[in-house]
Amino acid sequence: MSESPVDPRLVVSEQGLTGYLGEFRRKVKGGELGPLPVVIGLIVIWLVFQSLNSQFLSAQNLSNLSVDIVPTGLISVGIVFVLLLGEIDLAAGAVSGACAAVLAVLNVNMGMSPGLAILLAVAVGAVLGLIHGFFFAKIGVPSFVVTLAGFLAWTGFQLWVLGPNGTINLPSDGFVAGLTSTYFIYVIAAYGLAALGVAGFLAVSLIGNNRRRAAGIPYRTTGDIVFRTVVLAVVAFGAAYILNLYQGLPLALLIFLVVVVGTDFVLRRTRYGRSIFAVGGNIEAARRAGINVPFIRISVFVISGSFAAVGGIFAASRISSASQATGQSNVLLMAIAAAVIGGTSLFGGRGTTYSALLGMLVIQSIASGMALQGVSNSIQFMVTGAVLLAAVVIDSISRRSQKAAGRA
Amino acid sequence: MAPVLALERISKRFGAVQALTDVELEVDAGEVVALVGDNGAGKSTLIKVIAGVGPPDEGRIMWEGRQATIATPSDAQALGIATVYQDLALCDNLDVVGNLYLGNEMTTMGVLDEVAMEKRSRDLLETLSIKIPSVRIPVASLSGGQRQTVAISRSLLGDPKIVLLDEPTAALGVEQTAQVLDLVERLRGQGHGVILISHNMVDVKAVADRIAVLRLGRNNGVFDAKTTTQEEIISAITGATDNAASRRSRRLSE
Repeated sequence: MSESPVDPRLVVSEQGLTGYLGEFRRKVKGGELGPLPVVIGLIVIWLVFQSLNSQFLSAQNLSNLSVDIVPTGLISVGIVFVLLLGEIDLAAGAVSGACAAVLAVLNVNMGMSPGLAILLAVAVGAVLGLIHGFFFAKIGVPSFVVTLAGFLAWTGFQLWVLGPNGTINLPSDGFVAGLTSTYFIYVIAAYGLAALGVAGFLAVSLIGNNRRRAAGIPYRTTGDIVFRTVVLAVVAFGAAYILNLYQGLPLALLIFLVVVVGTDFVLRRTRYGRSIFAVGGNIEAARRAGINVPFIRISVFVISGSFAAVGGIFAASRISSASQATGQSNVLLMAIAAAVIGGTSLFGGRGTTYSALLGMLVIQSIASGMALQGVSNSIQFMVTGAVLLAAVVIDSISRRSQKAAGRA
Repeated sequence: MAPVLALERISKRFGAVQALTDVELEVDAGEVVALVGDNGAGKSTLIKVIAGVGPPDEGRIMWEGRQATIATPSDAQALGIATVYQDLALCDNLDVVGNLYLGNEMTTMGVLDEVAMEKRSRDLLETLSIKIPSVRIPVASLSGGQRQTVAISRSLLGDPKIVLLDEPTAALGVEQTAQVLDLVERLRGQGHGVILISHNMVDVKAVADRIAVLRLGRNNGVFDAKTTTQEEIISAITGATDNAASRRSRRLSE
């Protein structure tokens, strides 16, 4: 075999704009769409609803939107972990309701301090997740069935904990209610967070790039980094500006953002996260690489149960009560839909926790826009269903083109 | 000097089946030994013995002149034996670097050191003259031959003395087979001992120094690849040499 100095199969990164466009075209063709479809979808949804009702993009509506996404969004973060394994957690909604009930009983009926009650409620969620994980990883029951059984059982547990009344009101000025009703009024809070995020991103990019340059491996151009930083800055400071027009930075949104960034770091930058992707990609390869597959599986279900509990606590906080309806009806389906709409694959091995944020923004925007229009629930469900289907179709097609893009 | 790996009178039995009987095999550094045989000849069983997946019932394994025990896959790895199985066991969703370092990730303070891993991956692939579009694309979008080279490179990260390749060219096209055979020659050039299991006589003749034939769980000759014809090897595999005349001459020589 003769060896030419430049192999034609190499993807040559050109410099400048043509290089970017070529790279972009290659990625789209190869099915590596990333968050692009959902971001475009979100912009379209916002433009449509804004044209229908000028109240949609008002500071108040967007500020409320940013808090409304948090409870289900937190559940969705846990769902992303499970989806990365290529599994499903149908019990997340029931776990969130049960844990909200546990919190309300401990805090209100038994007079426990809210901090301790929250801790115990999350611990209950972790234990319920542990039970799912044990039966799935150690006994070998399909996750679909385990969590379906869990869904039924924990719904019953929720009703039993709540007792005959069925609803426990949380003090509306209490700590728990404060989780979703606290706003940092000072403008410096929202702008400070935006500045911190942008500066952090820029610092990490520059340091990483310098290390890559020093190591002699491909690195981004400075223009590329500046471009990315500017895009992030526009989004971050734009959001901060709008939040400050209303009541400032919501505490719930801050917590949600910290959770999303933190879990994304764990998934992409630690050995544990890498192991989750490996198990989701090829179990046999993961096992041969020495990864403890049962441990990964159980731990992921524990994470899912814990985030379901946290989500349930925020749901209870939002309406200042835990009731039989908390975590029921479509909460679970919305959490799964958000993860998938945001770009996490149902087939395992591909996704990020940012999809929980982006997907919930899409779903909640539709709900909010429809509510402003006075459209009934029936239409809202149908539209959300269509968006979910579109997301799964994009996922399936991009999977197929990823296979087809293999250069043989 | 003693060979790196020497198997002496290895026997293995599964219930009523005598899978291996008194098998001998020697591999030196910088040498490609092809292991050939018909289906059921005991190739896979012998691989498992060397890789530590199925320890032998009888016989000795000598490593650099000293007796060694290979009871588990990690024993084999600790000695310096790397195995690349036929089903490559790569994670399609991870990129090349992720696959190369899977289970052995480099970290600094608990955080994956992607820069160091990418640097070493590129160096490794470069020394092996492996051409891959980018070390940062998912393995799913690589061709069969490229996937095979990634799997082989992965086995080299621990700097093994012996590399065991199980049917590396099965299911590959002409051009891709050539890539993999080139890689086998480079492994030899770098002083690795290679055991190559293959059904393809052309491949075997092309890269092997010696060809060990197994037949019905026994050695059926070790041939010099340069001086032996393909027909001679095939007749050793099929047992065509095992006729009355050859038996008589063997008996007379004893």
